[in-house]
Amino acid sequence: MSATPIDNTLLATGPVEEPVNYLNVDHSIKSWLLTGDHKRIAILYLFSTLFFFFLGSVAASMIRLELTSPVGMILESETYNKVFTAHGVIMIFFFLVPAIPAVLGNFLVPLMIGARDLAFPRLNLLSWYLYIIAGALILTVLATGGVDTGWTFYTPYSSMYSNSQVTMSIIAVFLAGFSSIFTGINFIVTIHKMRAPGMTWFRLPLFVWAAYATSVVVILGTPVVAITLLLVVFERVFHLPIFNPELGGDPVLFQHLFWFYSHPAVYIMILPAFGVQSELIANFSRKRVFGYHFVAFSTLAISALGFVVWGHHMFISSESMYQSVVFSLISFLVAVPSAIKIFNWTATLYKGTIRLQAPMLYALGFMGLFTVGGLTGLFLASLGTDVHLTNTYFIVAHFHYVMVGGSITAFMGGLHYWWPKMTGKIYNDGIAKVNALLVFVGFNLTFFPQFIAGFVGMPRRYHYYYLIPEVQAYHILSTAGASVLAISFVIPAVYLLQSLKSGPKASANPWGAHGLEWETQSPPITFNFTETPIVTDEVYDFDPVSEFEQERANAEMTDPGNDAAVTHTGEELPSGGTE
Amino acid sequence: MFSNFPMSPPSASNFAAEYDFIFYVLLALTLAFTALVGVLVIYFSAKYRKGTKVDRSRPIYEHLKLELTWTIIPLLLGLVMFFFGARLFIKMRTPPKDATDVYVIGKQWMWHIQHSNGIRENNSLHVAMGKPVKLTCISQDVLHAFYIPAFRQQIHVVPGRYTTMWFTPTQVGTYHLFCGMYCGTQHSEMGGTVVVMEPREFAEWEANGGQSSAPMSMSQSGAKLFSAKGCNNCHGAEDTMRAPSLVGLMGTTRRFSNASPAKVDESYLRESILRPHQKLTSGYEETMPIYEGQLTEEEIINLIAYMKVLGSGVPIPATSNVNRASVPNDSAHANGKDPLTTNALQAERGEMDTTPTIRTHNPSVNAIAAEEKTHK
Amino acid sequence: MATAHADPHDEYSPLKHQYEDIEQQNECYTVGMWTFLVTEIMFFGALFFTYTLYRWNYQEDFYLAHEHLNVTLGAINTTILLFSSFTMVMGVHYAQLKDKLKVLGSLTVTMGCAFAFLVIKYFEYAEKFRDHLYPGANFTTDAASLHGANLNHAQLFFGLYFGMTGLHAIHIIIGILCIGTLAGMWAKGNKLVTEDYLPTEMIGLYWHFVDLVWIFLFPLMYLMPQPYK
Repeated sequence: MSATPIDNTLLATGPVEEPVNYLNVDHSIKSWLLTGDHKRIAILYLFSTLFFFFLGSVAASMIRLELTSPVGMILESETYNKVFTAHGVIMIFFFLVPAIPAVLGNFLVPLMIGARDLAFPRLNLLSWYLYIIAGALILTVLATGGVDTGWTFYTPYSSMYSNSQVTMSIIAVFLAGFSSIFTGINFIVTIHKMRAPGMTWFRLPLFVWAAYATSVVVILGTPVVAITLLLVVFERVFHLPIFNPELGGDPVLFQHLFWFYSHPAVYIMILPAFGVQSELIANFSRKRVFGYHFVAFSTLAISALGFVVWGHHMFISSESMYQSVVFSLISFLVAVPSAIKIFNWTATLYKGTIRLQAPMLYALGFMGLFTVGGLTGLFLASLGTDVHLTNTYFIVAHFHYVMVGGSITAFMGGLHYWWPKMTGKIYNDGIAKVNALLVFVGFNLTFFPQFIAGFVGMPRRYHYYYLIPEVQAYHILSTAGASVLAISFVIPAVYLLQSLKSGPKASANPWGAHGLEWETQSPPITFNFTETPIVTDEVYDFDPVSEFEQERANAEMTDPGNDAAVTHTGEELPSGGTE
Repeated sequence: MFSNFPMSPPSASNFAAEYDFIFYVLLALTLAFTALVGVLVIYFSAKYRKGTKVDRSRPIYEHLKLELTWTIIPLLLGLVMFFFGARLFIKMRTPPKDATDVYVIGKQWMWHIQHSNGIRENNSLHVAMGKPVKLTCISQDVLHAFYIPAFRQQIHVVPGRYTTMWFTPTQVGTYHLFCGMYCGTQHSEMGGTVVVMEPREFAEWEANGGQSSAPMSMSQSGAKLFSAKGCNNCHGAEDTMRAPSLVGLMGTTRRFSNASPAKVDESYLRESILRPHQKLTSGYEETMPIYEGQLTEEEIINLIAYMKVLGSGVPIPATSNVNRASVPNDSAHANGKDPLTTNALQAERGEMDTTPTIRTHNPSVNAIAAEEKTHK
Repeated sequence: MATAHADPHDEYSPLKHQYEDIEQQNECYTVGMWTFLVTEIMFFGALFFTYTLYRWNYQEDFYLAHEHLNVTLGAINTTILLFSSFTMVMGVHYAQLKDKLKVLGSLTVTMGCAFAFLVIKYFEYAEKFRDHLYPGANFTTDAASLHGANLNHAQLFFGLYFGMTGLHAIHIIIGILCIGTLAGMWAKGNKLVTEDYLPTEMIGLYWHFVDLVWIFLFPLMYLMPQPYK
């Protein structure tokens, strides 16, 4: 498993007969719809989640367009509320939660641990069908008038007052929840029981650690939100008055149960992104991740602590003062493992051999955006400051920095990184790099102004803001940024699809990366490996000396006159810190 | 130019200065850490990019001291910020004893406010500068949040239970009032203004309140209701066989036969009116009828306002007759002066309202005002 | 979990392609089932939490309302479910012995018990509907019939009663379907279940869980002690 760096320009090999792989083994529709192959299911998920990402983005565009004026542009308030609800429900339950685990996770977890498939292929397919049924239901909701409760479905509005399609939306979310529970069970069993010989826990790539931690959160949290939302349906359909304040029910109980899942759900969305980030940073720095154990354990710490901070969503919602103080304290604690990760990734860059290709640009962008997203979370974890900022655009900006700046940036980076493995094709790295910059600029332009608007006092979920028209300039900036962001999501669709048609063929390991998934051909065969791999070396086992020699060789090749270009004294700081 | 880009909300309450201090310290920390990470990332990516001729020997993969450094420093900074945030929060949640009581009812989609002297306002709140105000809030339907950015204060307004918030205005002016919690179709229009006045001006405003006749104070309305519902038949000046006296009840600690002792506050009073058997005062039977569903939220807060003054210098008429005599204009109010006062208040609000209201037509407010008319 | 192994190279082996050997396959089934049961525990856990909160808040009213539940029928149902767990265990036992006929017999009795449980549940529900104890517009307005319980809180109690026992009944139905499928596989001689008792044990595990939920529901709903007065 030596890591030979191969430049991706040396890859087109000419039209030799294509070897059998998981894509061309059978072209029939039936073979796709009844497949048990985790890679094919990943591709099914890729297209279905991207479809919902597109829908959610359309809703986002409508919101941004509408908010350029304090009195709205085209929509009625009722429609606007349905649009922002659709945006939230679709983006969270139908894109962010399944995106990285169900697409990249499905594809990569068995490959990375050297297994032939996930433990339960038919359960895996079932979870995709559940997702599709849920998706069809949510499309029906949109077609039959939409839902206007906000993605949080707060009672008693959702249970007693809303006249929109609450019941059907909740059933859709419920099914999507079970889809992710089944994926989670599959990952946990697979990672526990199906690792290749020699693949010890501390040889697992960090992406697998992240998938594992995410799955634990999914199986513990999702059932709770499932039953909570089901109780809302019971109340609407069967008149069981569980959250009805008129009969002594407690509407705030709903919030407790809801956030017991939905705060950990934030980690369901961001932990896989951390996993992708670790892979990208290690492989494009050609260096083992700094503090591998710390990064792995911080992942577990986040998923554990993530379960005891839900109350920080409810500081001002009649939760007792003492409760709030405890939740605030733990929320500050949960920030620490995230900080550890950021610092470790930064330290990984030190003395690396960094290739600034498109996936790496996304990874570097992630560092900045997630840092801002994480730190602004402290404003909301701090009790006093939360009182004013909660329910404003500050919180909107904060979670978009984490969700879009974190998760979606990592998803884009991961998709670019593993695209050659998934499709066997190479895309145009130049245009991809430009696009990565465009995403970064567009994103900041969209969401940074929202921090200020929020601090000034602009409440979220406001259709009209004629009550506070002084923030209009920020909304216009934000809309301008959103236009850039929208373009930066269209461009990859074009060049990635283009690569399928006319891109050069990818070798088994086009990035010269390290990991079992690069040991097999691109795209892999149906059972991944011709024979079960036996792992003998450590994770991210790049050989810095050979890297170094390679560098020198390259330097000499391109610059023959300069033979002593690289100093290799071997007596540098033994502890060389980064600061 | 800069007026188009306001960078902060006005600071008009006793919390604003401390709040802004914590906010800007957090902001400085955020900028410092982001800059640190950003600079290092860019520096390393440039220095160690592929092809540069720099020393890469002896890379480091694990370094315990370094790990502990960047674990402990953020942890300590976090704990310090937690402390300041929690201290401010506890202050924000602990109203002083001498605060003026104001009651807030949230309903789709307007704020209905009652001062203890009976003045009612819709979608506006008048307060005196320098005087602490305590708001007791309840919702008639869904969740709302009473949010005043300039005061840095906000609280959820929940159906079925009271929530409180307080502040001391420190700056004369007109400020935004919002509903912070999504509450349905016209959520974004459920707001108005908070007007902070000089104490002298406020006294004048309070004196006439723009109304044709002095309204009944809340405790007077409560007293009227107290006799109309027959409460005084059992709850007299002294404890009787049938019911305990309510004189001087507020703030005392009460013992119950079926629950652990509790301090008497607004929430307890509300519960005991609506569901008297929930906490049964020691020595009494379950004789009191259940008023759940029988009283409007407004009636309940009036009753509570009355019970709060019981025993603090306000004489308690023991029978209905005396009670009636003590309340002036009883019949006049019952016969429809309230709508007039409501209208007058709205007209008055129109003058005071200095927010640039682009939509002059606000159907929700009008609809609810009309609805109130028919109710009275 | 030590199990009897089929030879993985046997062409009739029930070993699925993704596993190295039957032992790995069995371990995967076991871990998978337990993980699934964890999600079920969280699912019902949230319900029990809700129930506990409301019962704590409204002890008296819940006590008065619960007197309308039929303890006799509840106790019979408890016995039936306990017995069905026993027959399920016997099914697993005979599966270990590969005694097809006795396995089928045990599974059939288990399903029979499950049906009996549902039938009794139906009569209980019918009784509540007749007495207007189903929450909603038709809920009884006669406080005396509820021994003076607050009608609102009584509605809350019956809301929880119908919600929790209803969800449990749905699990019973799912259990019947699972055991039925298993019995069908045994009848056809499907190697996956006949060669190794583990799949039978896994279905049994699920059935015991459903049983266990009822073991909690029964005392919580039917057997409340008089609250502290």
